Amino acid sequence: MKKDYEDIPGTFVFDADRSREGYHLNQFCISLGKQKGRDAYTADPEAYLASFPMTEDQRQAVRDQNWNRMLELGGNVYYTAKLAAYHGINFQGLAGLMTGMGREEYRDMMLNGGRSIEGNRYKSEWGEEE
Amino acid sequence: MARITAGVSCSHVPAIGVAMDTGITDQPYWKPCFDGFVKSREWMKENTPDVIFLTYNDHCTAFDASCIPTFALGCAAEFQPADEGWGPRPVPVVKNHQKLASHIAQSLILDEFDMTIMNEMDVDHGLTVPLSLMFGEHGPDDEWPCMVIPLAVNVVQYPAPTGNRCYNLGKAVARAVESFDEDLNVMVFGTGGMSHQLQYKRAGLINPEWDKRFLDMLVNDPVAASQIPHVEYLREAGSEGVEMVMWHVMRGALNENAKEVHRHYHVPASNTAVGHLILENV
Repeated sequence: MKKDYEDIPGTFVFDADRSREGYHLNQFCISLGKQKGRDAYTADPEAYLASFPMTEDQRQAVRDQNWNRMLELGGNVYYTAKLAAYHGINFQGLAGLMTGMGREEYRDMMLNGGRSIEGNRYKSEWGEEE
Repeated sequence: MARITAGVSCSHVPAIGVAMDTGITDQPYWKPCFDGFVKSREWMKENTPDVIFLTYNDHCTAFDASCIPTFALGCAAEFQPADEGWGPRPVPVVKNHQKLASHIAQSLILDEFDMTIMNEMDVDHGLTVPLSLMFGEHGPDDEWPCMVIPLAVNVVQYPAPTGNRCYNLGKAVARAVESFDEDLNVMVFGTGGMSHQLQYKRAGLINPEWDKRFLDMLVNDPVAASQIPHVEYLREAGSEGVEMVMWHVMRGALNENAKEVHRHYHVPASNTAVGHLILENV
C-alpha cells in the first residue's frame, strides 16, 4: 500500500507497520526510563537484552549504539532516546549522531536557524528513489 | 456557569524545563526564548483561571507502546510529575478539578468522542513545561496557581488524530464546560510544536515561514487551519511537528472571533522552534 509520506527524505514516520516491527526494541528502550530497568541492564546487559524477544539485528544495533539502525528496524526516537540517556547522550547529542554531523556542528546549525526546508522536502531532492 | 475565557498555545520542549529547573534562563542562549513569556506571565497573574484544560502529549511516559489511547482524559484527584529517566522535575503536584473533569468526560462521550479515562497517571514535561512557562518558577513544595485537567493526545504513533477531529473536540469541550453548573473561569491550552524533527538524517528541520503561516491561520481562519493534512505537517514542519494538531483543540474551544493578545516565536530551543499564542474570547 502506497503511503503519502514515504517520499520525505531522511525521515521515518512511526506508523503501525514500524510500531509492530519495533515493538520489543522500543519496550526494551523505554524500560531504561526507570531505575529498575537501568539497574538490570547494568548488572547483566546480555541477560537483560535477552529478556526482550527482539531480533538479533535489533540486539546488535543496541550493542553498537547504532541509532539510525535502530530506527531502520522499527525503533522510535522517543524510545531510543531513553537508551541514549542511559549512555549519557541527550536529545541534541543524539541528533548530532543520527545526522552524522556531530554534536558541535549540529548545535551550530540549530543556533543558525536549523536545517532549511529548501531541498529537504522530497527524496528526489536528495537523489534518492521515491 | 463555567465559561472559557481564553486559550494559550505554546511549545513544551523538555530543555525549557531543564533551563528553568537549573536557573540558566538568563544565559544568552535562553534569554530570547524566555523574554517572549514575560508578558504572558503578567497576563496570567492578572487573569489566573480556576481551571486549565491542558492538551499535551505524553512522551512514552504514562503510556509505552503497549497501550496507545488517542485521547486520554485525566480524571484522577492529582497527577505526580513523572520520572522520565533523570528524576521527576522539581515542580508541584498537579491538582485536578475532578468534578469538572468527570463532567467533561461524560459530556464528550455522549457527544460521540470516545475518550479514555485515566484515574491514575503521572504527567511528563509535555504538561509541566507549559505550566512553568506561563506561571514561572514553582518548587515541589509549592502549589500551581490553579487546577489542571490533562488531556493526553497520541502524537507519537502515526496517525495522530486529524486537525479536524481535534478542532471539533475543542468545540465539544466548550459545550461541556458551558454546561457545568459552577461559576468557573476555564482556560484551554494546546501545546507542542512548532516545526521540529528529532530523528534520522533530516533531524534539525525548522521551517519558520510555515510556522508563522500556521500561527496566522490558526488565529484568523481556524477552520482552514484544521484541514491541514498530516503529510503537510510531516513534510513542512518535520516528523515531530505533527503534534501541532493539539493546538486545534485549544482553537476549537474558543469563539471563532477570539482576539489575539500576545504572540511569540523563537528559534531554537534545543531542536525546536518555539511558538506561543494567547487568545481571549470576546
